[in-house]
Amino acid sequence: MTTTTAPAPAVTRRRKPLGIDKRPGFLTYGLLIVFFVAGTYPLYWSFIAGTSPSSVLTETWPPLLPGGQFWQNVGEVMNTVPFWTSLLNSIIVSSVITVSVVLFSTLAGYSFAKLKFRGREGLLVFVIATLAVPTQLGIIPLFMVMKQFGWTGTLGAVIVPTLVTAFGVFFMRQYLVDVIPDELIEAARVDGASMLSTFWHVGIPAARPAMAILGLFTFMTAWTDYLWPLLVVPQNPTLQVALSQLQSAKYVDYSIVLTGAVLATLPLLLLFVLAGKQLVSGIMAGAVKG
Amino acid sequence: MTATLTPPTSSDTTPHEPYRPKQRTPFAYWRSRFDVKASPYLYIAPFFVLFGLVGLFPLVYTFVVSLNEWNLLSGPAGFVGLDNYVAELTDPFFWNSLFNTVSIFLLSAIPQLVGAVLIAAVLDQNIRAKTFWRMSVLIPYVVTPVAVTLIFSSAFDEKYGLINNVLQTLSIDPVMWKTETLPSHLAIASMVNWRWTGYNALILLAAMQAVPRDIYESAALDGAGPVRRFFSMTLPSIRPTMIFVVITATVGGLQIFTEPKLFNPTTATPGGPQRQYQTTVLYLWDLAFNRQNFGKASAVAWLLFLIIVLFGVLNFLISRRIASVESRFIAKKAIKKGKRS
Repeated sequence: MTTTTAPAPAVTRRRKPLGIDKRPGFLTYGLLIVFFVAGTYPLYWSFIAGTSPSSVLTETWPPLLPGGQFWQNVGEVMNTVPFWTSLLNSIIVSSVITVSVVLFSTLAGYSFAKLKFRGREGLLVFVIATLAVPTQLGIIPLFMVMKQFGWTGTLGAVIVPTLVTAFGVFFMRQYLVDVIPDELIEAARVDGASMLSTFWHVGIPAARPAMAILGLFTFMTAWTDYLWPLLVVPQNPTLQVALSQLQSAKYVDYSIVLTGAVLATLPLLLLFVLAGKQLVSGIMAGAVKG
Repeated sequence: MTATLTPPTSSDTTPHEPYRPKQRTPFAYWRSRFDVKASPYLYIAPFFVLFGLVGLFPLVYTFVVSLNEWNLLSGPAGFVGLDNYVAELTDPFFWNSLFNTVSIFLLSAIPQLVGAVLIAAVLDQNIRAKTFWRMSVLIPYVVTPVAVTLIFSSAFDEKYGLINNVLQTLSIDPVMWKTETLPSHLAIASMVNWRWTGYNALILLAAMQAVPRDIYESAALDGAGPVRRFFSMTLPSIRPTMIFVVITATVGGLQIFTEPKLFNPTTATPGGPQRQYQTTVLYLWDLAFNRQNFGKASAVAWLLFLIIVLFGVLNFLISRRIASVESRFIAKKAIKKGKRS
């Protein structure tokens, strides 16, 4: 296949050898549209299903336009699960985890990147080694401890296990090692600033872009987490747990379930509209560093 | 702890004042010395303390639990050595879960990588509205795994699902997505693929953009067409990043839980009526919290932990080898180009 198609464009190429950055043709945009549709259709389809009575789902060809039952289905979702409580729970849990991870990662990352102390290299290697450790596999003792302390059912039980991540420390360290010149820290020290004050006035301002990206991804990860909240707060659910409870009955009404899926996606979709550019550049920046 | 923390914070108010040389009282000297010596450790301490408590300690303690007969409700009931491991390694359900995990992982990792490379290659061109298209491939990523599973679970429904409806219209027999092994694995892998392909495409796109443009130009001058350039230049240059993507996909893929857990809620055993798509973490969950056997479940956790570490080390070794071969290859090419021009 490739051997037969390759020579043809090569001929046209030769005439215009430096045109490798020319505007691409319809094929490219056609493919982009295909990707776009593949990425959004499942969401759009669940929106349609969520606005229609469940009988729509049995039709041979799926309808392309939304029906008029959205609010009725929304009401059904609210009746089945504590939607607003779980939304609030998720906001609290994800926010606390984000603040904690960003704060402690910035502190530790700054220390690893810019301060000199004995054992620094060894401890950094330890952090890198723990990057790939699947901490999720420690759920059994964690669960026992939470039970022992009587924390099951409280949001604290969801929050505590993810207050810090090795990834966050590594990420901040990689960022800060390049962006803060050592002279700047020395200058602040010569001016009589304490270490903490130097961190506050030199470290934090320099770290701000990376903190924003780390915060975004930490928030997303905390928001999407399912296994651990399902274990410790089934009665006081986070949004993901509540959403999964929509289909735990013997008979599954998919138009209600899909309405729930759409509702639960809205907050992150909003975040995406506001910060999608940062998400994209965050993923791309992480790739170059990693 | 708090007592040692106070000296640095108390001197916090000084730096804003206009510059004047410091009065070197002995106290200020020692305070500053202590500040310099202790601060680095104080800054990394919260991470290490918390990570030790909630990350490492549970893993280590899982091993302790795995050496005991241990029930969720009645607690430890005697040391049994490696008996739990022996029991699990001879349990067909454990091997079944491992088979399912690896099968779903392969069905998701391979198409995902191919798809991500394709998307990245398309995005790497000089297209209009770059940011818009880049953002558009990331949309599935903001749909949470639970929501993805609910949506796909409905689409793969055997009687009324979207996909079987369409198949029947094309007069193809409906597929038993939730009861047959391979179809269920395909369905679950498709959820993973849908959510992660665009994300990985952006990582690969970043790697592609790091390839110097003038290499392409000289290749074009030498008569290499776009297809040739893609296979013999782009792909080799992004191979380290591809391996990075594979490693992350492995660590995540071997711990897959949400998708098989919620794929079909009506079955009594999680992971299908005959455990057709019960993955290892789901098996662990069932063992620990439904059958309340903490000892055996902990043994499963450690076995899976070892498998993940093994995969990680293997990936690392392979990537190191390829990376070194790769850099030599690129250097050689660059030298050749230099000689020719």
